[in-house]
Amino acid sequence: MIKVLLFAQIRERLDCAQVDISTDKPSTTPATIAELKTLLAQRGDLWHLMFAEQKVLSAINKVMSSDESPIQAGDEVAFFPPVTGG
Amino acid sequence: MSTANTRIRILEDAFDPAAMSAEMTASNITRSTTGSTTRSTTGSHTGSTTENNTHGALVTFTGMVRDLVENPVNAMLLEHYPGMTERALEAIINKARERWALGDINITHRVGMLYPGEPIVFVGVSSAHRREAFEACQFLMDYLKIEAPFWKKEFTPDGEHWVEAKSSDADAARRW
Repeated sequence: MIKVLLFAQIRERLDCAQVDISTDKPSTTPATIAELKTLLAQRGDLWHLMFAEQKVLSAINKVMSSDESPIQAGDEVAFFPPVTGG
Repeated sequence: MSTANTRIRILEDAFDPAAMSAEMTASNITRSTTGSTTRSTTGSHTGSTTENNTHGALVTFTGMVRDLVENPVNAMLLEHYPGMTERALEAIINKARERWALGDINITHRVGMLYPGEPIVFVGVSSAHRREAFEACQFLMDYLKIEAPFWKKEFTPDGEHWVEAKSSDADAARRW
């Protein structure tokens, strides 16, 4: 299973803080961040808006990642808007 | 280089930046006077003969919640990614330590609800000479602004909105 965490306005607009992605079927399991974004974009219009059209950053196991980064079962993936701390 | 300490704090409650600064200065005094009981202009000084005390400069930065006439803010919510926040700040500090010879580094950042004027972030850096401390402090802030997983939501008289990341922040970090 891949645990997906959503933050800030992404979580708010989708009204969803966490999605668990099954990794039972390797053929349909996303292998990269980009593939995971594509999968999430299919969940609905608002999801498509968020994941296909906005700038969304990602982290894998709490380390910043990019669209090409590989993911595997057991990973914790986070999606969030560009950060605004400090 | 004498011992260099790193402190990263993510705090739910208000902190006093003056106390943070005093803490860094005090630990430097402790470091300098360990072992010596008298201060004099002559005679042997046992304070730091085993290692150099190279903390000659301390630079601190404090960021606070703005409340401007043209952009009034009632309150600000700071969200973060527990676990990644600390790691990201550690990584930024490591980058700074690779670039400059630095002493103590303290990064303290609030999360939760904040009000106008309240400190959001404190960055303190000590080094042997002031140039490294000034540069590293700016570097740490520039990188925190683009890499540390915090998100701000403003509550204003006209409603609430999430703050947008600024391209000027990305530009500032790129300059390094």
